[in-house]
Amino acid sequence: MESFVHVVIILMLVTTAIAIVRVKDLFAVTMLAGIYGLLSASFFVLMDAHDVAFTEAAVGAGISTLLVLTTLSMTGRFEKASVKPQADYRPVLALVLVTVTGALLIYGTQDMPGFGTADAPVQTHVVPRYLNDSATEIGIPNVVASILASYRGYDTFGEVVVIFTAGIGVLAMVMSNATKMPVVQTALMSDHVVLRIVSKMLIPLIMLFALYVQFHGEYGPGGGFQAGVIFASAFILYAMLFGLTAARNVVNHTLVQLLSALGVLLYGSVGVVAMINGGNFLDYNFLSDDPVAGQMLGILLVELGVGITVASVMIIIFFTFTARSQKEGEAD
Amino acid sequence: MSIVATYLSWALLVIGGLLCISGSVGLLRFPDFFTRMHAASVTDTLATGMILAGLMLQAPTWIVLAKLIMILVFVLLTGPTAGHALAKAALHSGLKPLLPGKSGVLEADTKPSGGV
Repeated sequence: MESFVHVVIILMLVTTAIAIVRVKDLFAVTMLAGIYGLLSASFFVLMDAHDVAFTEAAVGAGISTLLVLTTLSMTGRFEKASVKPQADYRPVLALVLVTVTGALLIYGTQDMPGFGTADAPVQTHVVPRYLNDSATEIGIPNVVASILASYRGYDTFGEVVVIFTAGIGVLAMVMSNATKMPVVQTALMSDHVVLRIVSKMLIPLIMLFALYVQFHGEYGPGGGFQAGVIFASAFILYAMLFGLTAARNVVNHTLVQLLSALGVLLYGSVGVVAMINGGNFLDYNFLSDDPVAGQMLGILLVELGVGITVASVMIIIFFTFTARSQKEGEAD
Repeated sequence: MSIVATYLSWALLVIGGLLCISGSVGLLRFPDFFTRMHAASVTDTLATGMILAGLMLQAPTWIVLAKLIMILVFVLLTGPTAGHALAKAALHSGLKPLLPGKSGVLEADTKPSGGV
């Protein structure tokens, strides 16, 4: 019965992917991509990967749909039909490149142990180590959080730096002088009484939920990535309803840019403090006299750094895109 | 007591599931945007509410019950609001509901109805 549900969801994923490729209306494509994210999240839940499902639902189905919609307001809704291909338009070369790369990747998997085999290295010593010793070494119930923030702290640090770099990239490419110019206060949503009242009720709850996800990540699904995205979505909701100028008064742009760097700094500093205390980089055992207490402290601080960076970068990306589209969309 | 709660819970779950299916059928089969939205909002509020109520009857601890109630409140707040925003956006951009014409057949209202 469960495998039947798996097959149905995978079929729906394939159908959605084909629809995304074939549909020309980019608005519909964005919605389909959101549906794809939600279906993947359901699939992850069926696979008992609740943390991943949470992230996929928050990022894949939630905020990335929102960001792509903001981009669509700049680029226009429909794909440009290619009237006549240019002279250097050679799809065969691209096809050959993709085929060769794909074949190499598939060839590379031949050396890996088969999917789900019991004697793969990951099943023989990596996973048993995490599952058996996490409770005594780290002392928190959610093994995913202890792997993400402690055992695999380097990888997560890399991910945070990637997100930070993405924020810098967006600022460098799109901002130009967008923040300098005064954005016209448009009363675009001021007549939507129902939306405004319900949003005013929901925004504090969304922020409260984000904090819950942030600080409950050691005990249940959640953590800095999901919390940051949810926290940012509260600000984005505010900006969509009350206009960018009002949101700018709430969120200082310079402060958000500083915060996005501060999160990475906090993460890195935890590692450096561990080094000063005589351990390796990001070895939380050395943060406190009691190794388990040090682990708890380290994970808390690291997740906080992740949350701050993710939330700030999401707010930066949304605000920069919206300021740009308002600037360009003044004609209409 | 627990037997009654279990049967009641499953009754609510099944009715909620049936309402989901009827909502999807309506979404596919209804003639215009506004009637389709009506079908979708039935799924949003009534079906979700019944499924959540059915789950509440099976909640093992009070904290699960509290979380389910919070989800219900959230869904009841956001679902109708989203429906309202959709309908308003559609009316603003000039989409008129299908109304029965003189011949009794559904047709688009061509006379401007004075906006919103």
